[in-house]
Amino acid sequence: MYPSDRLYTKDHEWILIAGATARIGITHYAQDQLGDVVYVELPQVGQQFEQGAQFGSIESVKAVSDLYCPLAGRVTEVNTTLAAAPETVNADPHGTWMMAIELADPASASGLLDSAAYAELVK
Amino acid sequence: MNDAPPPARFKTALHGRHVAAGAKMVPFAGWEMPLQYGGITEEHLAVRRAAGLFDVSHMGQIEVAGADALAAVQRVSTNDAGRLEVGQAQYSALATPEGTFFDDLLVYRLADDHFLLVVNAANVESGFRWIREGIAGVGDAAAVNTSSRYALLAVQGPRAIDVVQPLTDVDLAAVGYYRFATGEVAGVRATISRTGYTGEDGFELFVPPQAADKLWSALMSAGRHHGMRPAGLGARDTLRLEAAMRLSGQDIDGTTTVLEAGLGWIVGWDKPDFIGREALVKQREAGVERKLVGLEMAGPGIARQGYGVYAGGGPVGRVTSGTRTPFLEKAVALAYVPAAGAAPGTEYEVDVRGRRVPARVVPLPFYKRPR
Repeated sequence: MYPSDRLYTKDHEWILIAGATARIGITHYAQDQLGDVVYVELPQVGQQFEQGAQFGSIESVKAVSDLYCPLAGRVTEVNTTLAAAPETVNADPHGTWMMAIELADPASASGLLDSAAYAELVK
Repeated sequence: MNDAPPPARFKTALHGRHVAAGAKMVPFAGWEMPLQYGGITEEHLAVRRAAGLFDVSHMGQIEVAGADALAAVQRVSTNDAGRLEVGQAQYSALATPEGTFFDDLLVYRLADDHFLLVVNAANVESGFRWIREGIAGVGDAAAVNTSSRYALLAVQGPRAIDVVQPLTDVDLAAVGYYRFATGEVAGVRATISRTGYTGEDGFELFVPPQAADKLWSALMSAGRHHGMRPAGLGARDTLRLEAAMRLSGQDIDGTTTVLEAGLGWIVGWDKPDFIGREALVKQREAGVERKLVGLEMAGPGIARQGYGVYAGGGPVGRVTSGTRTPFLEKAVALAYVPAAGAAPGTEYEVDVRGRRVPARVVPLPFYKRPR
């Protein structure tokens, strides 16, 4: 259910690290809790976020939830296809990234969970 | 995330069926109710395009009977129950002496001297007390809380009549909007009411709780080839909002008057007396200072309950309900704004979690079904 190629937060984001950059999305559990996603508010390219800072929000028909940055970094890209097709977050949460960041400290992954620990958290 | 609501105390007669169907169950007004079976969007669209089946057994039933039952209902209900024929229902309010809402309700005339009042789940006990105290001294009339005698199933959508008709000998086409009949549906004794809370045609079926499971099963079988789906409270909320039907405790409550809510049409102005009359007459003469309007977002963002409405940089009102509606695919909201700025086209800003998003007043309802 939760791919082992990436790390997870207790707030239900995933982060897929590739060298000094990383892509960020939300987990299957998060999309299931939210229900039908209708809007994703994303940051601007170039914005800086500390670990745990809010970088955007995600809205479903019934609720809104904040998105938190799993690790500190600077936004290099946002997934603009989400504006027209936010429902892809429900259909493929682990294949749908929201933003890419350049990591402030590529060596650090403190406070994050591996897939087994995350699966245990949401069991 | 919000604080967890208190645990549910009540389960409807169909609880086991919802769980077996994989519904996401949530506590609501003391009941454990299905929020959704699949997704809110698909359930919402099924109701707009075909039909949906809802368990709304959490609604409360209070019956008022006796030689002076009409006078008793006239006392506590704002609308004019004297205009109801036997077999007819009307939307109304239980108003406070200040003209604000204790609750909204449907009033059914079962017989000349017998009325059924259907109130919201959150107000069954308190509503019963409210009504009992309100009618004390009216004469020969008694109120009885009969909620436990009924399960309530709603079949809603353009195909609702096609789903229900094969299961009953009652000629449903002859049952007009806001009219009801009694008869058997799938062998179950039912009050069949052409009412609902979705903005679509449909029927609400009052049946004995012990027969609810049998009826649910028969309706699901009959509805399958019409594209009917079970639908939960999530879709019920988005459907009623698209149709601009007010939600008690949210759009209308003890702080908002019947007139501010735009519901002057449920006030029997010619009735000599009812709780709240004096305040409402006074407000009608003086004019309201604020009004419930429809807003459509003109920028990216979704208004939600409690968000502030701004004009000229300052706060002027608040959103009471809002979402992005699945059928219209627009972010819409109900909000109280100054009465002077309630005309369609008036521009506001909504504070969406620190970001000001433009919105404009649009006519209500947002969605009106084709006839």
